Amino acid sequence: MEPTELSMLELGKKLGSGELSSVEAVRACLSRVDRFDGQVKAFLMVDREGALAQAEAADRRRKDGRRAGPLDGVPVGLKDLFLTEGLPTTAGSAILEGFVAPYDGTVVKLLRAAGTPIVGKLNMDEFAMGSSTENSAFFPTRNPWNLETSPGGSSGGSAAAVAARMVFGALGTDTGGSIRQPAALSGIVGLKPTYGRVSRFGVVAFASSLDQVGPMTRDVPDCAALLQTIAVHDPCDSTSAPMKAPDYLAELEGGVRGMKLGLPREYFELPGMDPEVRASVEAATRALEKLGAELVPVSLPHTKYALATYYLVAPAEASSNLARYDGVRYGLRAEGAGNLLAMYGRTRDQGFGLEVKRRVMLGTYALSAGYYDAYYLKAQKVRTLIKQDFTDAFRTVDAVLAPTSPTPAFRIGEKVSDPLAMYLNDVFTLPCNLAGLPGLSVPCGFTKASLPIGLQVLGRPWDEARVLRIGRAFEREHDFHRRTPPLRAA
Amino acid sequence: MSLTLEEVRHVAGLARLSLSSEEEALMRTQLSAILDAVAELSAVDTSAVEPTSHAAGEVAPWRADEVRPSFPPEKALGNAPSTVGTSFAVPRIIE
Repeated sequence: MEPTELSMLELGKKLGSGELSSVEAVRACLSRVDRFDGQVKAFLMVDREGALAQAEAADRRRKDGRRAGPLDGVPVGLKDLFLTEGLPTTAGSAILEGFVAPYDGTVVKLLRAAGTPIVGKLNMDEFAMGSSTENSAFFPTRNPWNLETSPGGSSGGSAAAVAARMVFGALGTDTGGSIRQPAALSGIVGLKPTYGRVSRFGVVAFASSLDQVGPMTRDVPDCAALLQTIAVHDPCDSTSAPMKAPDYLAELEGGVRGMKLGLPREYFELPGMDPEVRASVEAATRALEKLGAELVPVSLPHTKYALATYYLVAPAEASSNLARYDGVRYGLRAEGAGNLLAMYGRTRDQGFGLEVKRRVMLGTYALSAGYYDAYYLKAQKVRTLIKQDFTDAFRTVDAVLAPTSPTPAFRIGEKVSDPLAMYLNDVFTLPCNLAGLPGLSVPCGFTKASLPIGLQVLGRPWDEARVLRIGRAFEREHDFHRRTPPLRAA
Repeated sequence: MSLTLEEVRHVAGLARLSLSSEEEALMRTQLSAILDAVAELSAVDTSAVEPTSHAAGEVAPWRADEVRPSFPPEKALGNAPSTVGTSFAVPRIIE
């Protein structure tokens, strides 16, 4: 058995006992990168020397009896949205090509303190805008389960690298589903924590009222352990919640007996939902019922407005956040512009891809004089109603179950020229961001064509522990998360 | 709702994007379609609803106003396309 078949926590135990070394674990990852990443293309950058040096340090700590924790020495990957001192950070954009971050973001610091070697930086849709990783300025990532299909996005490189066992776990970010949707399409576990649970300091911003960092792993215990590592209050992010995270592993195996789980009819009645996805998710809800949960029909009546709300709020915030890419302080600068305004305009035209331009334009329009009230303010008000729907539902249920994505992985190229078709991928994931809730995707089945399907669990704010416990109760009774994609070395 | 080419150019100007004429035409079609799709929000009665600008809902935290070391200039300038001394250099603004 390759060491990469182990989960993060299993590897951590073997590192602790000395049965395996961190250097061996990193080498096993690099060997898989060498064999498979030519096909999958999950990595934008592999830091061989850095990862091996961090592994050697982890092995020394163990020998000295100074292990940093259960994940010390366990290799991970990072979506290329996290600032890493001394390594490139591109956010998947040509405008940041060659940018080397002058400091580590807070979650990167926390990972370094936990001792996890960083194998490399993972591909993504440019500035996290997209659902397929096809909007990367560099190349699309392919789904390890079927190389003709997309791993989802925007954290598609992270999902594919974890699914292909090229890293033991990864961090992604989720603004409208960018952790959960690729997790579902790639057959792994992904969690978007409650807004404010994890620091955004040193994470390239997309839509600041929605962005949240989260773990992407092979199973739920790893997800809990990685969340534990990064769920730390950070004074550098004013929206980071000043509270101590609970022990996410303590009650993980507690099961779902007696829990009330809501089935929102608006999610299961979507006309465009793939029948195999529907059947698989419905079977998963019945499995949780058998395990002792009570299934309760609930209504989230404003669900159908979430897509429109999101595609006004997120682009508006993005248009403001992305104003910083002006060719002055870092990143690309267009040559030959005679004056400052021309330099801004040409730099941004050359540096941004089409989807980013589309969203910057849409957001600028929605915020502009004469349209602000009709578009941006209106969307903020509907956001209140969407949030209220969940508050009402959580009066009667402990969590809500839904599909993560309406379809399994789709073919690369199938949706990329039709923005509205692409946006529909996020229809089940983005209400959670608008409401600021924690949301988990766990593998719950496969289609006849062997493409993974994800079950989504949405919880009350700050209730990650319960969301993880529900996901774990399902996972423990099934083997979907143990299956390995059928990759062959080229 | 159909955007005019003038509106597309106006918004591109606000967004500091020098779009090519092909991009202007594409944006006009695609943004018009997206604006049509999001127009469904006007059907929602929000007359008595407060806007939500943020999911957190917490008040902004305070911290002590203490002197702390700032980011060193050489690091801050490390990714700059053009510098003069300890400043970012840009094309001339005032003739």
